[in-house]
Amino acid sequence: MTRRPTGWHAAKVTALHPETASARRIELEVPTWPGNDPGAHLDIRLTAPDGYQASRSYSIASSGEGTRVVLAVDEVPNGEVSPFLVEDLLVDDMLEVHGPLGSYFIWSPDSEERPVQLIAGGSGVVPLFAMAEAHALAGDASGFRMLYSVRTPADRFFASDLEGFAAHGSLQLDYVYTRQTPAGWAVPPGRITREVLEAAAWPAEVRPIVYVCGPTPFVETVAGWLTELGHDPRAVLTERFGGG
Amino acid sequence: MSFITRGFTGRGRERDPRLPPGQTLVEDWPVLSAGPTPDIDTADWEFVVVTENGRHTWTWDEMQALGVEDVTVDIHCVTHWSKLEMPWRGVPLDKVFENVETTHDYVMAHSYGGYTTNVPLDELLDGQAWIAIEADGEPLSPEHGGPARLLVPHLYFWKSAKWIRGLVTMPSDDPGFWEQNGYHLHGDPWQEERYW
Amino acid sequence: MHLDGNAVAGALADAFGRDVTSAEASCGSCGARQAVASASAYVSAMGWVLRCVHCDAVLAVLIETEGHVRMSMAGVSSLDMPVAGGGA
Ligand SMILES: Cc1cc2nc3c(=O)[nH]c(=O)nc-3n(C[C@H](O)[C@H](O)[C@H](O)COP(=O)(O)OP(=O)(O)OC[C@H]3O[C@@H](n4cnc5c(N)ncnc54)[C@H](O)[C@@H]3O)c2cc1C
Ligand SMILES: [Zn+2]
Repeated sequence: MTRRPTGWHAAKVTALHPETASARRIELEVPTWPGNDPGAHLDIRLTAPDGYQASRSYSIASSGEGTRVVLAVDEVPNGEVSPFLVEDLLVDDMLEVHGPLGSYFIWSPDSEERPVQLIAGGSGVVPLFAMAEAHALAGDASGFRMLYSVRTPADRFFASDLEGFAAHGSLQLDYVYTRQTPAGWAVPPGRITREVLEAAAWPAEVRPIVYVCGPTPFVETVAGWLTELGHDPRAVLTERFGGG
Repeated sequence: MSFITRGFTGRGRERDPRLPPGQTLVEDWPVLSAGPTPDIDTADWEFVVVTENGRHTWTWDEMQALGVEDVTVDIHCVTHWSKLEMPWRGVPLDKVFENVETTHDYVMAHSYGGYTTNVPLDELLDGQAWIAIEADGEPLSPEHGGPARLLVPHLYFWKSAKWIRGLVTMPSDDPGFWEQNGYHLHGDPWQEERYW
Repeated sequence: MHLDGNAVAGALADAFGRDVTSAEASCGSCGARQAVASASAYVSAMGWVLRCVHCDAVLAVLIETEGHVRMSMAGVSSLDMPVAGGGA
């Protein structure tokens, strides 16, 4: 892991794409960006004409050197910041960002070679996608698995990239659909259970590093089960997005 | 470095003469928490007033028996939102202090969960404060401080301690939780007493 | 709904001049050590409160007043962090 300076930067919006019906991918060009490790996040600070400010954290879907920074933001109904980012932001707009942040919830290709289990709830997949992509690009030998809990097939973030990693064998990918499954799916929609977790995740015996990210109740439930299943609590790294 | 974000206005911030300076009207009721939400059963709830002369305690039923009244008040949060003409139900602190003797001028409010906030005693009396049990026609939910919270609407809302458990009188105006960390000892919204 | 220390990384970086989410904080109440990132964070427009993930005691409080950031770390008995190039 390289120590990267954290600071405030001016970012220019270079591209916007719909990610799902409620989420948007936002590409930024940040000329002063020092690069970031997979899993890091940044804070966005918005300022209104009367000086009022609001700031929120967003994980970074991209990683490595370079000044291109990719975010994926899900719109929280009646939220203050996410509806602005998903609906109102335009290409060429400028944003103030503070980062890169986080030296805890990161994975890097030169970390210890150990199996990695990624467990995502909803938009919590963003930092885990950055890890899976860095792993795929590095041809890293550690075995990567992802368990991704999402409302419906249409709500998956980075669906085609993740399928690509899975097709190339750099990622074992499992989904839990909570509201609606694809046609012909073997199990009815429902929340993740301890049994599903146990069946899809690396077992504690192989000493994986586990990254869990998503809404706070999801993260706390899954982290609790992982401890019950014998995982070393110090090897279970968590990041809570709030909400519920 | 800081610049205006094109198109960002934040939540609507309307002006109304009933609003203290720097405040904005909200329709919803934002939840602010400094810690976990305690889960308190009214069967276990107890309210205590401690003075230099001793302790007075009330169970949930004893508190209600003091007399619950309806009040309509404006509330002002230091984070710049206000709600106007909000209906509440609660027991006036005048009733609670009817048989309490103290020479102390200040009170520390203590909550389940450990939160504290300081208030001058004379600002809790004369119809200025309540042990509130209902708001907007509903029993107070745990996230809004239920089963009972202090209601001191003429001060910033952090003084209206959620999950109220008791009041301890004190001779000097010692700071509570937010007051120790930079918020104003008194907190009058019309004077904008936000910070030290 | 509470968050965790990751959510306050930015404010802490402003205060410390570096990211401290992987620093280990010892709780002044129960003594437990935890990564700053794994402590519970209660974030609101009043400021934020970082609490021990084991006993909920207050570790740190930060508020922003006009032109100032005021941070109390009275509940942290020690903060242990790696230094660049260290570990040998
Ligand atoms: C470290 C970190 C990284 C994050 N990364 C991402 C990311 O990559 N993509 C992303 O979309 N979001 C991410 N979030 C969440 C993001 O910071 C905001 O909380 C979210 O966008 C809502 O902000 P808002 O201003 O729109 O809503 P607010 O105005 O803050 O909240 C409105 C209402 O929605 C609820 N709420 C707040 N946050 C959430 C939430 N996350 N889910 C559901 N309900 C919520 C609140 O309780 C409130 O009632 C991250 C959060 C953290 C702490
Ligand atoms: Zn503790």
